[in-house]
Amino acid sequence: MAKVKGSIVVDIEKCKGCELCVYACPTQVIAMSPDVNVKGYHYAEDVNPDACTGCTNCAVVCPDGVITVYRMKV
Amino acid sequence: MSDNITKGKMIKPENLVYTKSRVMTDNVTSYCPGCGHGTAHRIIAEVIEEMDIQSEIIGVAPVGCSVLMYDFLDLDIQQAAHGRAPAVATAIKRLMPEKFVFTYQDDGDLAAIGTAETIHACNRGENIMIVFINNGIYGMTGGQMAPTTLEGMKSSTSPYGRDVATMGNPLKMTDIVATLPGTYYVTRQSVQKPANVRKTKKAIRKALEYQKLNRGTCFIEIVSNCPSGWKMTPVESNKWMEDTMFPYYPLGDFKVPEED
Repeated sequence: MAKVKGSIVVDIEKCKGCELCVYACPTQVIAMSPDVNVKGYHYAEDVNPDACTGCTNCAVVCPDGVITVYRMKV
Repeated sequence: MSDNITKGKMIKPENLVYTKSRVMTDNVTSYCPGCGHGTAHRIIAEVIEEMDIQSEIIGVAPVGCSVLMYDFLDLDIQQAAHGRAPAVATAIKRLMPEKFVFTYQDDGDLAAIGTAETIHACNRGENIMIVFINNGIYGMTGGQMAPTTLEGMKSSTSPYGRDVATMGNPLKMTDIVATLPGTYYVTRQSVQKPANVRKTKKAIRKALEYQKLNRGTCFIEIVSNCPSGWKMTPVESNKWMEDTMFPYYPLGDFKVPEED
C-alpha cells in the first residue's frame, strides 16, 4: 500500500513561537528550536521529519501562516 | 518502503498541499504570539482566494486589535469609527450591491460601543457578513473588561473578577442577533484546533455564498483567545478558553437557513 509522506517548511523569521503547531501535530514532528530568530522567538522546527504525514494540521492552526506543507506518495 | 526520500525531493510545487494564501500580504501581523486573529485573517484570505473574489470584496475594520487589517489582507479595506463598521458596511453594500462586504470586529467594538449599529444592521437584514472575534477582553488597550468578559474573570479594570451585581452579565451577542428576523445565518465557531479552524472556514465560505444570493446578514462569532490579556501562554489560553469560555459561549449554529 502506498504510504504518504509529508514535509514542512517553516518561515523561521516570521514564526512567533506560540507552540500551537507542536500540540496540533498528531505525530510529534514539531518542536521548538533552542535557537531564536531575529525577533528573539524560539521558532518551530521539524525534529522528527520522518514521521510527518503532511496532514496540514500544523499549518492550519498557525496564526501567522508560517508553515508550508508538502506531501507525496512513496 | 524506503525512508530515504529526502526533504529536497519532496519540496516541489507539485507536492505542495498547504501554503499561506496569496490574499495575505507578506507583512508580519502585529498580533501577539498564538492570537486567534491571525488564524481568522488567514482563513478569510483562503476563502476569498478559493472563491476568486479578491477584487470584488470590501472589508470594514473598525477599532481594536484588527485595526491594521489593511496591512495584512491584500484587499480593499475601509476603516470605520469605533463600533460603526456595520453602518459603514451598510453604506458600502447599498452603493455597490455587486461587491461582497464584510466587517471584522472584536468584542469591545461590536458588543460595547457598536451594539446599536450591529443590532440595527442585523435587524434591517443588510446583506453583509459580520465576523465577530470574541475573546472576552479589550485586547488592544491593555486587557480591560469587555461586555463579554465572563463572571469572575479578572481583567485590568475588574482585578477581583467581574461581579455581575455591579457590572452586569456577559453579553451573548450571537444569541441576540439570532432572534432578529433580518439575520440569515448565525453561528459561533472557534479557531484553536485544526478541526475548529476547518469548520470556521466552511462557515465563512457559506456566509459569502449566501451573500452572493442576497439572503441577508450572516453573523459569524469566533470565540478566540487573548494570551497577553489573559496573561497565559498561547497553549494555556486555548485550554482555558475550552474549559471556561465554551460552557458559557457554546459553539454551534444558531440560525441555519432551511435550504441546507
